[in-house]
Amino acid sequence: MARYFTKDHEWLDVAGDIATVGITDHAQEQLGDVVFVELPGPGTEVTKGGEAAVVESVKAASDVYAPATGKVTESNSALEDNPAMVNEDAEGGAWFFKLELADKSELEGLMDAEAYQAFLETIE
Amino acid sequence: MTDLSTTPLDALHRELGGRMVDFAGWAMPVQFPTGIIKEHGQARERAALFDVSHMGQVLIEGPEAAAAIERLVPADIQGLAPGRARYTQLTNESGGMIDDLIVTATETGLFVVVNAGGREGDLAHLEAHLPDHDVRLLADRALLALQGPAAVDVLAGLAPEVDELAFMESRELVLSGLDVRVSRLGYTGEDGFEISVHADHAQKLARTLLANENVAPAGLGARDSLRLEAGLCLYGHDIDETTSPVEASLAWTIGKRRRAEGGFFGEERILRELKDGPSRRLVGLRPEGRAPAREGAAIQDEAGNRVGRVTSGGFGPTIQAPVAMGYVENRLREPGTRLAIELRGKPVPAEVSKLPFVPHRYHR
Repeated sequence: MARYFTKDHEWLDVAGDIATVGITDHAQEQLGDVVFVELPGPGTEVTKGGEAAVVESVKAASDVYAPATGKVTESNSALEDNPAMVNEDAEGGAWFFKLELADKSELEGLMDAEAYQAFLETIE
Repeated sequence: MTDLSTTPLDALHRELGGRMVDFAGWAMPVQFPTGIIKEHGQARERAALFDVSHMGQVLIEGPEAAAAIERLVPADIQGLAPGRARYTQLTNESGGMIDDLIVTATETGLFVVVNAGGREGDLAHLEAHLPDHDVRLLADRALLALQGPAAVDVLAGLAPEVDELAFMESRELVLSGLDVRVSRLGYTGEDGFEISVHADHAQKLARTLLANENVAPAGLGARDSLRLEAGLCLYGHDIDETTSPVEASLAWTIGKRRRAEGGFFGEERILRELKDGPSRRLVGLRPEGRAPAREGAAIQDEAGNRVGRVTSGGFGPTIQAPVAMGYVENRLREPGTRLAIELRGKPVPAEVSKLPFVPHRYHR
């Protein structure tokens, strides 16, 4: 399974046509204490770069953009009940939603872990 | 952030891992590595130390300073005994607010604390209208706020007479060998103190306080969530030059004698609104669910008409629910009134709530 990263600080684990999407540890750290998550329901069609989910910390609301175009197959409802999971396990159990990819070629141009780390160093 | 002003505690904030942001032109910690929710809880359960040195500390001296400043504020200042403090507002001629502030009567005049964003404008306003008085910005003073139920024991351990202060009382004393002014008040709804200290000694005092196991540093993020739960207004958001003290549900700060006599900027509108009621009122709002309503969100009545706007909103860590304040048409001000707040295009049910959301625990 390949893990990709976006410049919007999301990660995607891709297995076949299904991508599991979450926000990176860097993103959760920047947000601070997460108090609310709104996820797209199964069947929602999302477009690469379009709004897909909302994550709110005590201070501010942020949009989570779809890293690729496709149809949502599942969302992690545990997050809606326990948003603090995002701070505790952003790149593991606190995944946001699963996406059936419409066009796997959209993954080209995304970063691997090493490239994302290098990207983080450029924005600090 | 090269052009920002820094407080005497800047190096300490960075050493403690504070995440520095621009607040009204000042580099201030929005949070420390512990995070806003823990810092918020620290102030509710033990004692949190805030740097509020960005606020302007002003000394006004000269004959009958209390009578003179009453032209600028609607509170009863002449009735303040030395060592007593009062919350009030600088009003403008149309009855709006230039800033909100705390005025403390001293033996020789008044000690005033204004918002960071108002430092220059307020000072100019005070100087212009108090030409016979010495109005002096105490630029060499830092201001520390120690807030929370453990604050009194922490401070009394350094200066036992702190224990004798009541809420809204202020005194000059020696704390840990330093000359300071300690005032029993704050912006969290908790018992607590603000300590005015010379800039050169601020870091030493902060380190002494932080050495106590019941004290931890907190940033502006927790300060905001604490004041919101306490139903306290934030200037530039909940109140501004267009909102009157009556609209902002601050009529309680307008002295009885001042209502009878007037004699302050904006009295025409303010006295009329006291008598007839304002057209809109600042109220507390409790949205259903967990989604916070943020500043700017439109408020609807049950019929879907837009009746106001959220001026402050977020998640209340103590009540574990979203809380907001906003202006609504006066007819909708009663607690329990059913309204809705537009969140991302959808109306979310919300109820008008009594303020504060979390009961004040002042030492009266």
